[in-house]
Formats: sequence, structure tokens, C-alpha cells
Amino acid sequence: MKPRHTISITVDNEAGVLSRIAGLFSARDFNIESLNVAETQEPGTSRITLVTTGDEAIIQQIIKRFNNMVNVIKVVDMTELDRVEREMVLIKVDAKADSKPEILRIADIFRAKVVDVSPRSYTFEVTGDEQKIQAFVELQRPFGIKEIARTGTVAMSRASKKSK
Amino acid sequence: MAKMLGAQMFFETLLHQGIDVVFGLPGGYVLKVYDVMTDYTDRINHVLVRHEQGATHMADGYARASGKPGVVLCTSGPAATNTVTGIATAQMDSSPIVIFTGQVPTQYLGSDAFQEADHIGITRPCTKHNYLVRETRDLPRAMKEAFHIAGTGRPSPVLVDMPKDVLIGEDELVIPEDHEIDIKGYKPTTRGNPSQIKRAVEMLLASKRPVIYSGGGVIWSGATDELLEFCHRLQIPVASTLMGLGGYPASDPLFISMLGMHGSYAANMTVTESDLVISIGGRFDDRATGGNFDEFAPNAEIIHIDIDPSSIDKNITVQCPIVGDAKVVLRQILDALPGEIDLEGRESWLRRIRDWNEKHPLTYCQGSEKILTTYAIDTLYKLTKGDAIIVSDVGQHQMWVAQFYKFERPRTHLTSGGLGTMGFSFPAAMGAKYARPDEQVICVAGDGSFQMNFQELATAVENNLDLKIIVFNNRHHGMVRQWQTMFFEGNYSASRFEVLPDFVKLAEAFGARGLRAVKPEELEPTLREGLNTPGVVLMEIEVDCTEMVYPMIAPGASMDNMIMMPADLA
Repeated sequence: MKPRHTISITVDNEAGVLSRIAGLFSARDFNIESLNVAETQEPGTSRITLVTTGDEAIIQQIIKRFNNMVNVIKVVDMTELDRVEREMVLIKVDAKADSKPEILRIADIFRAKVVDVSPRSYTFEVTGDEQKIQAFVELQRPFGIKEIARTGTVAMSRASKKSK
Repeated sequence: MAKMLGAQMFFETLLHQGIDVVFGLPGGYVLKVYDVMTDYTDRINHVLVRHEQGATHMADGYARASGKPGVVLCTSGPAATNTVTGIATAQMDSSPIVIFTGQVPTQYLGSDAFQEADHIGITRPCTKHNYLVRETRDLPRAMKEAFHIAGTGRPSPVLVDMPKDVLIGEDELVIPEDHEIDIKGYKPTTRGNPSQIKRAVEMLLASKRPVIYSGGGVIWSGATDELLEFCHRLQIPVASTLMGLGGYPASDPLFISMLGMHGSYAANMTVTESDLVISIGGRFDDRATGGNFDEFAPNAEIIHIDIDPSSIDKNITVQCPIVGDAKVVLRQILDALPGEIDLEGRESWLRRIRDWNEKHPLTYCQGSEKILTTYAIDTLYKLTKGDAIIVSDVGQHQMWVAQFYKFERPRTHLTSGGLGTMGFSFPAAMGAKYARPDEQVICVAGDGSFQMNFQELATAVENNLDLKIIVFNNRHHGMVRQWQTMFFEGNYSASRFEVLPDFVKLAEAFGARGLRAVKPEELEPTLREGLNTPGVVLMEIEVDCTEMVYPMIAPGASMDNMIMMPADLA
């Protein structure tokens, strides 16, 4: 299997920057698995966290091209670092009367929070690494998932910054 | 401080940047710029082109001939999209041009207004960077940054999009000085990493069969003197890419001509048999390596010097990457070499290369019936004694120019190598003439390529350019025909022109001089007369359409696997 890369890119918060980043992927016929963009502690600067899978050499070349971009301030391939990765998901589950206790029990195990409730559904908020999110989604699937919204992975290197 | 129009700021900033020629064409959203331009025509020469693609190639030719950024000015929509081919051409060959486009007023952006196109979106993948200017006061800084980015690091095109309200708005003029340009995300590396320099020196001293792979970066960085010194001290033969021609004098005994798909036998064999390839400002393009990256220089380690980190390990994995400016890095290596260098074994390596050259020289055999393009280019070289700027187009004649014209100086061989843009040569030659008015500038095109931008004959005549054009007419897309001969069993599908203009009359229709040579004995007198006639002169040379470019590495074959000229033709 081709390696999965989590890449963190610090950019100027300007119109078109995301399109420049995404354009490099489409130009190489590469897919982005998940993408998260938001402002950082510095005004005018955003952090993009991008997850992709593909041929190592091409990913290294794309990273170099990110570095070449005038609006890109810093690129870190988090894959090489000891890091924390998290994703948040909102998931609306079909809640029939007889399945409600089981749905809530699973949610409890995963420390999912109920953020919206209706007579026929629960909406949960759950945070974790990709595996945990995936496991939660799979366990809820038999009850009927009405809707899902995921933030995509965000990542941060651990303070010790030891290489794996 | 008095306020001024954005349109005036545009020219004030160009003057501050030292720009004295702009290639352009007016239209809706830049009319204010053209209105105030009449106050600046004593200091800035505006060349009115007939098509914006022509303007872009002119700016590109200007940049390639001078080393300074070329400038394009045009309006929005179709004008901007017309520049795209020229921008992509410049980007592939690392040529610095700055394109200024008019744009709909900011409040109408994205509304499908008349002549609106998303210039920023369209040119994003073919520029190094581009700017949409939103406030009048931001225009000078955006322009200065554009010139800085275009001209430093790996040279490349930069586009500045100027909405109409920015141009007609007023504000105080503040032009940042060059030292005040500080862009957080843009800091090109020019000096090589010292530990990599050390490693390169070790590899150089250990090598018995080294070869230089000299690319266009040698020319852009102005590294010719350093390269000469380097090669002479270490006695290393020099193979050049198409873009590198002129970076090393062709008459030097260490020069072994072009490598690659139509490279010389000696150059391709030298690379294949070498134990060390030193690539300087090249990018291991598939046309220069034969495209079979796995079998490229199978016994060699590679030192790769390039200003662009993303060029390194892209096509070929190298053992010693050095990111930096070719001139600076070569000087670092020269300084790190020991005083005494053991060159044992070098003489036998150079002798082997001479043998390859003697066994399979680049050659042709001119008969008495039809003119061969090779013979014509060789004659052109002899008549000009190599003292001219040759701007070739794309196709067979381009390869023959590279093989048979001996380039002695940098910036005398201009061609669209990377993108292979037909129609490049004529407008680019015009741009080169503006950059180097004292040089003999000669456009060399085919009948196919010249038809792609000949409208600029009007521009050339209007501006009294002293420019010579040679059109090799074989009534075909010659390189397409060659591939059809070699790889498609002679199925000449859509490669022959049934109708062509009378090129002599075409030149005359624009007010230029037209000459024609049909028989071999007419060639030299025609070239002589054409080159010695002032003004715009077009020389149509009718040539044999069956002549083919040899040697040839078939696509995907290894470099030592060349299709050679059949013995009965040599």
C-alpha cells in the first residue's frame, strides 16, 4: 500500500491560495483525502492540514512545489514526526425507539456528545484520530446514518518533536 | 503629496524598474493606461502588436536575449487568454516576463461582465505567481514584487491583473525600493550547501569518466565563464541540452554538442558510458534524456545543481543535489578544488569521445536537386560566422539549428524548448531585436510554424526593425511527417499543406522584402542578399520534405539506442 501523508502548510490567508495548493494535486492527477483550513494564532496566516496517499517521490515533489509558492510560508510533512492527529465528526443517526439505548451506549463508549436530538434521531459530536472516527461510524451504520460531516484531520507535532 | 491615477502609477513604477519597452495592445479596461501613456512615450517605447500572443513571445524573446524581464500590457478577457500560450512557453523555459492585464472593475468581478475572464485562475498553473490588485495604492508594490519574483530565483512569468477602478482611482504614489521588497514565503536559495559542495568535490576527484550536462540555467545565471574554467581545470567534456546551447562555446574542444532525442552520437554515448554526470541548470527533461529515466546514464552517479529544489529528484534520483545559483555554486566548487588535480585516465576518456565523434559525426549530403535544410543551416552558420542571434521555431529545422549552427555565446540561441510552441520564433526574434539592437537577429522558421504568427510582420515593418526571417518551406509539418515515416508506416495523415501562401508575396504585402531560393545553387546568393538587405527581409527556402533528423532516440528507448542516418544518405 502506498504511504499516507499528513502535510501541514502555513500560508498567507489570501483569496486563491487554496486553489494553488489544490491545483498541484489535480495537475498530477492526485487526490486529496481530507483538507482542513483555518486561521492560526497569527492574523493573516492560515494553516492547511492535508491528507493524501500516493507515490512517495511524487509527494516529495509536490511538497517542494508547495515550498516554491510565494504564498506558502512553511511546509511540514507531519508523517515524519511524532504527532497528535485529531478529527471531529458530526453524525446524525436514525434512532428508532428499540435501538435508542444501544446507540447511546456506543456513543458513551466513544465519549461522543449528543448535540441535537429529535424524536427520530440523535446527532453526535465525536473527536478522535481517524481510526476511532471510522470505528464509531461503522458501529452506528447498522442503525441508519442520515448524515455525516467531518472536519478532516488536523495535526500537530508533539512538543518533544522526536522523529519516529 | 499630490495624488495620481493608478494608470500613471503604472508607468512611474515601470520607469522605476528601468523598463523602457512594453509590448501591448489596447482595449476596454486598460484605456486609461493608454490615455496617460502619451505622456510617457519619450521614455517608454510601446510596441503595438497585432495579437497578444505575439506580445508575449516578444517579451519572452526580449527576456531571453537580454536576461531582463520582458513586459506585456493588454486588456481583459480574450486579450488575456491570448497571452496564455506565451506565458506557458516562458514558464517552461524559465524566462522572466511580467504580464499586465486589464480587468473588469472590482465590484463586477465574477459577474460575467463584458470581456471578463478569470485571469488569475487561468494563469495560476503557468505563472510563478500572480496578483489581483484591489486598491490603487497597492499597484506599485504589486508591480515591484512581480518583477522581483519574475527575475530572481528560477526566472518565470508573473501576471498582474489590474481592475479598471484601480487604474482610474487616485492615491499617493509610493514605490517600494528594491531592498524594501521582502516577501515572507519567497526566499530563493543561491548559495550551495557547503557539505554538498564538499561531497561534489569528492565525487569529481574520484570520477574517471565525467560529463557535464549543461542546461538553460547556465545561461540564466550567467555562469559561462565559471563553467569554462571548471571544465578546463577538470578536463570534463560538455554535452548541452537544447536550452543550454550557447552557454558553453561550441568551438571549445571539450564541447561534444547536444544530447538527447536528436543529440549527437558522441554526446549520448558519453552520457551512457560516464561514471559521473554533473547537471548544471538542467532538469532531465524527457527530450534530453530520451525519456527512459531508468536507463539514463546507468553507470553514473549524478550531481545536480539547480536553483529550483523541485527540479531535483523529479525525473531522476540523484546522489548529490545542490540547490543554488549555477554561477555561485560553480565558484564555490572551483574554490574548493585542490591546486593539483590528478587527471589520470582523462585523456583516454576524451579520446574515446573523439572516436565516437569521428565515427558518427553530425553530417548531411547535399545533392544537386533539392535544398537540404541541414545544408542551408550550415551555410547560414558559415555566412554569419556564428555572429548572430538565431531564433528558431519548433520542429525539424529547430533540431538542425541545434545540431549545425555552432553557438559561441550565451543568449544567441533562442527557442521554445520545453513547451515546443510553434509560432514562437518570429515574435520572439522581434523581442530579441529590441533587447539587442546591435546584433544581427535571424528568425528561422518552418512553413508550418511561420503561419502561426506572421501577422506580426506588420508590427516589424511599422517599427522599421532590421530583422531577417528564413522560412524553410517543405510544404509539410516536417517533424510530424518524420514520425509518420518512422513510426506510422508512412501514413501521412494531415501533415501536408495543399495550399500555402506565396511567402515572397506575403512579405511584400506587409511592405517587407521577399526573396526565394529553390535550387541548391540559389541558396547561398539568396541568403547573402537577404542578410545584407536592411529592414525586414523574408527568405523563403524551398527544401526537401523527405530529409529526416538523425540521430534519433525513439520515444522510451535508452540513450545509446539511436536510430542512425542510413549509410546511403551520409
